[in-house]
Amino acid sequence: MSALLELDSVSKRFGEAWVLRGVDLAVGEHEVVCLIGPSGSGKSTLLRCVNALEPIDAGDIRISGRSIIGSRTDVDRLRRDVGIVFQSFNLFPHMSVLRNVTLAPREALGLSKREATDRARPLLERIGLWEKRDEYPDRLSGGQQQRVAIVRALAMRPKLMLLDEITSALDPELIAEVLDMVRQLAAEGMTMLLATHEMSFARDVANRICFIDQGRILEQGAPGQIFTAPRHDRTARFLERVIAAGRL
Amino acid sequence: MEELARQYLNWELIRQSLPGIARAFATNLSVMVAAELCVLAWALVLALLRGLPGRAGVPLRWLAIAYIDFFRALPALVVIFLVGFGLPQTGLPLFRGLSLYQLAVLALTLVYGAYVAEVYRAGIESVHASQVAAARSLGLSRAKTMRFVVLPQAVRRVIPPLLNDFIGLQKDTALIGVLGVVEGFRQAQIVAGQRFNASPYVGLALCFLVITLPLTRITDYLIARGQRRTVGGRA
Repeated sequence: MSALLELDSVSKRFGEAWVLRGVDLAVGEHEVVCLIGPSGSGKSTLLRCVNALEPIDAGDIRISGRSIIGSRTDVDRLRRDVGIVFQSFNLFPHMSVLRNVTLAPREALGLSKREATDRARPLLERIGLWEKRDEYPDRLSGGQQQRVAIVRALAMRPKLMLLDEITSALDPELIAEVLDMVRQLAAEGMTMLLATHEMSFARDVANRICFIDQGRILEQGAPGQIFTAPRHDRTARFLERVIAAGRL
Repeated sequence: MEELARQYLNWELIRQSLPGIARAFATNLSVMVAAELCVLAWALVLALLRGLPGRAGVPLRWLAIAYIDFFRALPALVVIFLVGFGLPQTGLPLFRGLSLYQLAVLALTLVYGAYVAEVYRAGIESVHASQVAAARSLGLSRAKTMRFVVLPQAVRRVIPPLLNDFIGLQKDTALIGVLGVVEGFRQAQIVAGQRFNASPYVGLALCFLVITLPLTRITDYLIARGQRRTVGGRA
């Protein structure tokens, strides 16, 4: 079976510093893969590379078998299939909630206002924010903003969702509502690649965990194996620190 | 004290001369509005050219930078002379039909376009890169990202400096009298010269204030209203 997303020895550097060193990874359809690892290990960069927000220096990235590397690639087309949600929400502050969600369907897919609204409505209703469709983002809580950001990405009906530490900027009491939404998406079969510090969430939701350290995938496996019997010393030490911090 | 009052506040003279000055000042207003509209459009073109990405954008980017540097370095009065006296003399068909009024608007647009382009650029650069990333990641093209996400936020942020430049532009409309356009300043000069009294200038000053002060208040109101949406959202 060909995977939805394939990375072949992907390397990336910022100046002299290599942040990704030959990453191989395949994500199959309906699979949920969690990237865990210390800060600065390359998790976010990896996600940004998959969405072509960062160019890579070596290797290849394929989505549905098509390479996204090279000047021939229509990145706008590619990005319609790949949604990304950021740590800092990045909603458009000068647009209402509804406009945030309908902008890309209208301007990138060419839907009419009516069609885009019809598409946004069930998504916003599902997160209980249809009533707030005319509000501006700063009137919403962080958790609500992040759920709108997820809905904004979903409105493009992506094949793959990339979630980049989407709860890291949230107050603790707001984290659950966002994670619950991701759990629902996983249950519905959305293919997802996510970077997270929420280990218990990763254990619940992921089919597979990848431990990244210094730009390499050091080991990967089922959550049960990684969290209880890591093969690698560094994974074990990382998990010990996480447990000590009360995050697992 | 009395001498000052006689020289500047001769109410009788102000009352007599004001209707004529106000009529001539209408020309300043009309030049101001026409030039401002042209400046807003021309400066946006310059700012966008200046921000063109990649190697392909280099020639246009350089042209825009050279233009902006050049016209910011020249006194407005010199450009008004260069355009107003120089262009018609060239006999080029493009310029032969232009009225003094149109030449004045052209000169002011050339100068203020350079200033306002820099204001736009500052606004564009102040929009956080994460906003661009969010828009591009949704599949919006570079141009649509600029149009729907970057520019609306940029323009709201630069309203105060834009207004500053427009107040400057408004004041510089007093310079176009050198071309022979009868505008407020020229008219005040004529009366003041006949009567050896500066009061007509005071009348003209009042004309300028009547326009400038409300403009400032309106802008402050707009800023306060827009604050929530620009600063309130996360970068």
